[in-house]
Amino acid sequence: MTATTWKHKDLLGIQELTAAEINEVLDTAAAFKEVGDRAVKKVPSLRGKTMVNLFIEPSTRTRTSFELAAKRLSADVINITTTASSLVKGETLKDTALNLQALNVDIIVIRHSAAGAAHFLSRLLHASVINAGDGAHEHPTQALLDAFTIREKKGRIAGLNVTILGDILYSRVARSNIWLLTKLGAHVTLAGPSTLVPRVFEEFGCRVTYDIDEAIRDADVINLLRIQHERQRQTMFPSIGEYTAMFGLSKERFARTKPDAMIMHPGPINRGVEIDSEIADCGRSVILEQVTNGLAVRMAVLFLCAGRRNATEGTVGVRWSSNADG
Amino acid sequence: MAVCLTRAGGFFYAVSTAVLMDGAALERALTRMAHEIVEHNPGPESLVFIGIRTHGVPLAQRLARKVGSILKREFPIGQLDINMHRDDLSLRDQPPKVGPSDITFDVTGKDIVLVDDVLFTGRTIRAALDEISDFGRPRKIQLASLVDRGHRELPIRPDYVGKNVPTAPQERVYVRLAEIDGKDEVVIER
Repeated sequence: MTATTWKHKDLLGIQELTAAEINEVLDTAAAFKEVGDRAVKKVPSLRGKTMVNLFIEPSTRTRTSFELAAKRLSADVINITTTASSLVKGETLKDTALNLQALNVDIIVIRHSAAGAAHFLSRLLHASVINAGDGAHEHPTQALLDAFTIREKKGRIAGLNVTILGDILYSRVARSNIWLLTKLGAHVTLAGPSTLVPRVFEEFGCRVTYDIDEAIRDADVINLLRIQHERQRQTMFPSIGEYTAMFGLSKERFARTKPDAMIMHPGPINRGVEIDSEIADCGRSVILEQVTNGLAVRMAVLFLCAGRRNATEGTVGVRWSSNADG
Repeated sequence: MAVCLTRAGGFFYAVSTAVLMDGAALERALTRMAHEIVEHNPGPESLVFIGIRTHGVPLAQRLARKVGSILKREFPIGQLDINMHRDDLSLRDQPPKVGPSDITFDVTGKDIVLVDDVLFTGRTIRAALDEISDFGRPRKIQLASLVDRGHRELPIRPDYVGKNVPTAPQERVYVRLAEIDGKDEVVIER
């Protein structure tokens, strides 16, 4: 048996990962994707472990995906949302987390509106902490599933032209994607209204442009981001209609892309705003495959972070590790 | 018999290796196993071969080819990665590398020959049996192992064995195959 080189108990962000570690997650995810095709879609890897979905910010897609991933690994799952927790009674995040740990929870998946919430918990707990989105900072599993989809469809990531379009400023998906894609050698172009795509993003190693037609002309992958109404403190563009006219992926613009350019979107999509409805459903759109791959990637992340001895468990050596296993 | 020095944990240990089977012996053993498989499976229409990654896979392919050339037919071959089914995950410091299983045929009602390179504690086979049942309900599962080195920790016994090798628990047996390692041989490290 070969062991992985994965040494993290937590997945907090892409920024902390090396290219080799990212590839390790993607390779592991490829193995877990096959489990979804079996008659029994469940493996015993995390049997006896407990995962808590601690979602202090609304989400259905990511929470469901994590829940299903944990269940397919045979872990037990508890869901906690803000309204159903003692956070509304004034309990701090720290106390909530320590209470969960007192129940011997093994994995905490956290989504929080504050950047750094997952990092804060990881320093506090010996349970594995998985960042499912912290403010406008990172959403690492989204970037990993995007990369998995690109690699699966295009066969590689290095050297590809990837254009990320839309609300970059408020997007944790954009930040995680930028870190991941540049680490793996893709050429990243950011485009959108200048209020949402500040020039400072050039420091991340990407190209910033405000000419959408130029941004998508040579793109192998176009990743459209949703306009984050909930994170915008003031209006960053005059109207939704104007945004669609200036930066939406219309049929006319789509016709001018490379014939094999792939369309991605992390969801939820606003049909008729950032993407024309027909394009979202066309053969070059991989939006639903991203959802399928998200499950495999989250299984891989949970397996890598929690599929081994943790601080609360014993330290008995095993002979199975030696030789050709038997 | 060769002796070399291995450095582990800052100390030098004398490690001796001996060849248990060369390429020709390995080939003869597989041929004999193929004939035994033919003998014990009078109805070969439901026979399939599943190799346990990594070295069980080329062994399964070779056995399927040999049985196929005796019976003049082709048999489906699948591969299994048992790492998701290990019983020792929570005892390890690092998770194992997992690879994809690839069984493209329906296993329900089939007579499976499960193939591995070295049979030792039996825990890999336990995991493989669990995993196969996630794909369907085979009629029968038989076990073929190129080497049986003893020291079982579970009630598992092979149906077809290339070579029985008495070993000490701390010794290591390596099967090398041309498809993966460039040459065929079985060696023991003492």
